Amino acid sequence: MVKRRATRVGEWIIERLIQLSGMLGIILVVLIFLFLLQNSLPIFKERTLGELVFGQRWSPTHGDGQFGMLPLLLGSLYVTVGALVIAVPLALAASVFVAEIAPRRMREFLKPAIELLAAIPSVVFGFLGLLVVGPWIDAHVEIIKVGQFAALGSVMLAFMALPTIVSICEDAFHNVPREIFNSSLALGATRWQTITRALMPAARSGIIAAILLGLGRAIGETMTVLMVTGNAQVIPKGLLGFLKPIRTMTATIAAEMGEAAYGSTHFHTLFTIGLFLFIITFAINTIADVIVRRGEKDIA
Amino acid sequence: MQDHATDTVADEAKGGGGRQYAEDHAFLRAPVDASRSAEQAGAEHGVKISTTDLNIYYGDFRAIKSVSAVIRSNEITALIGPSGCGKSTYLRALNRMNDEIAGTHMDGTVLLDGVDIYQPGTDLVTLRRRVGQVFQQPNPFPMSIYDNVVYGPRLQRRLRRDEADEIVEQSLQGAALWDEVKNDLRKSAMDLSGGQQQRLCIARCLAVNSEVLLMDEPCSALDPTATFRIEELMIELKERMSIVIVTHNMYQASRVSDRTGFFLLGELVEFGDTPQIFEDPRDERTDAYVRGRFG
Ligand SMILES: Nc1ncnc2c1ncn2[C@@H]1O[C@H](COP(=O)(O)OP(=O)(O)OP(=O)(O)O)[C@@H](O)[C@H]1O
Ligand SMILES: [Mg+2]
Repeated sequence: MVKRRATRVGEWIIERLIQLSGMLGIILVVLIFLFLLQNSLPIFKERTLGELVFGQRWSPTHGDGQFGMLPLLLGSLYVTVGALVIAVPLALAASVFVAEIAPRRMREFLKPAIELLAAIPSVVFGFLGLLVVGPWIDAHVEIIKVGQFAALGSVMLAFMALPTIVSICEDAFHNVPREIFNSSLALGATRWQTITRALMPAARSGIIAAILLGLGRAIGETMTVLMVTGNAQVIPKGLLGFLKPIRTMTATIAAEMGEAAYGSTHFHTLFTIGLFLFIITFAINTIADVIVRRGEKDIA
Repeated sequence: MQDHATDTVADEAKGGGGRQYAEDHAFLRAPVDASRSAEQAGAEHGVKISTTDLNIYYGDFRAIKSVSAVIRSNEITALIGPSGCGKSTYLRALNRMNDEIAGTHMDGTVLLDGVDIYQPGTDLVTLRRRVGQVFQQPNPFPMSIYDNVVYGPRLQRRLRRDEADEIVEQSLQGAALWDEVKNDLRKSAMDLSGGQQQRLCIARCLAVNSEVLLMDEPCSALDPTATFRIEELMIELKERMSIVIVTHNMYQASRVSDRTGFFLLGELVEFGDTPQIFEDPRDERTDAYVRGRFG
């Protein structure tokens, strides 16, 4: 009797502990959000949201300080979109190769090797871009004036996002029932047709989720872009903008937080950038999650 | 599952004609019996596929041993036998799907309309369109009903809208699915019931004008009513194609097929008219199996 009660109490405690650690994640996210909110809200006493988002000049030390985030928002957009344009086709090709074309032994070796790429610290990518790739391009490509520019950030980010995208895409391909592959072949499709017309549509939710998660990673990445994109808060224009220096939201926070006086307008504005980043990545992750769940229902 | 199958076999052997099943589905019975007697009155059909001394190996393992058999046009051929005896392997030889499994090789010949489908230079795409396959698990592509049906034709060429519409309607009608889905062709095929999905898979084959339909236990994942509808459909379809069905359901084999082959350990032990195989088997192993002595 006594013993049974004891185990029951023990179980109760363990259950609560597990529950608590689950809750802890949510609580932390909420707290971070509140912290960002608390530190960024004061800015709206001085500036309107429109002024911040669409302001064309970011120049915190100039007179009163100019805090137009448009150059930074567009800088992030350029670098991220560029990264996806490079990473997505590469990742699709790589994951199709690993899932469908490589012999099984090679798959067992390739998958962990690609995932290992994710373990490389972003500083390393930064150095690589700053000291090797950038100078090389600077010396060999005519139209590039400075060895640090948006597209270089994109390339570096693409390689950093690649393992995430490949790994999730590969799982998505792998989870497509074998029968779908076979019935496509049995209808007279070639392997290539089967991959592009049956396999990819069947794995689409996984692919989209993978891209979104890669996107989330690319937007939030700081160190590499700070090192290789040239840190110039100018508004990028047209396709040529990819070949010129820019500055991203993340790089701005990292570069300026140290010098911004506590409680100043500058300080609050940097937090507002952080808040925007938080909202963007949160939205992207949520969408990815919804898509994955809907996809699971589809296949089952 | 097995027990159930052998029970009905025993019934069958006593001349009961699947009493149990028929009682459960008395309302379904009449049309099937009618088509059966019509078939018996029919003439001998031409040879569609013939295999001669066919051996199939997985590595060193010989899964099919010198099988010679003839599959006729406008007939349903049932392949029965215990698990692992090579029915699926044999079936996949007929549309060369064994080629997709690493480590297989074969010798012997398989003729489709008199032409060796294993001779070098055979176009697999054409072959597989002519010899379609329906799998055990209903497996529509996760896209709309419409896109499922035109999947095969679209592999070949771009379709005009009206052509595609036409193919979809004809194929779904052929697969006895049109009336149920004509109002939601854009709906995901994943939302259909298992039986409907299986008929959609048949419609996919009809859309590429398959001349032969290979069905590997097409009803084992379906309930009796859905099973019956597929059987009914098969009897309709044999007017325009020949069908080979692998089944563990003895009652299904005896009810639906014209000819039956009994496989055991990779050998085709006996092959003949269905009533003969079930009522008067020549080989004692067949006799034992259809009477339910085998697992
Ligand atoms: N991919 C494979 N690799 C190696 N051996 C295989 C493979 N597929 C089947 N076999 C073997 O070949 C033999 C025949 O298998 P097959 O699947 O054709 O049997 P089956 O009659 O269809 O069985 P079931 O009724 O269970 O579907 C079995 O002994 C099986 O173990
Ligand atoms: Mg089988």
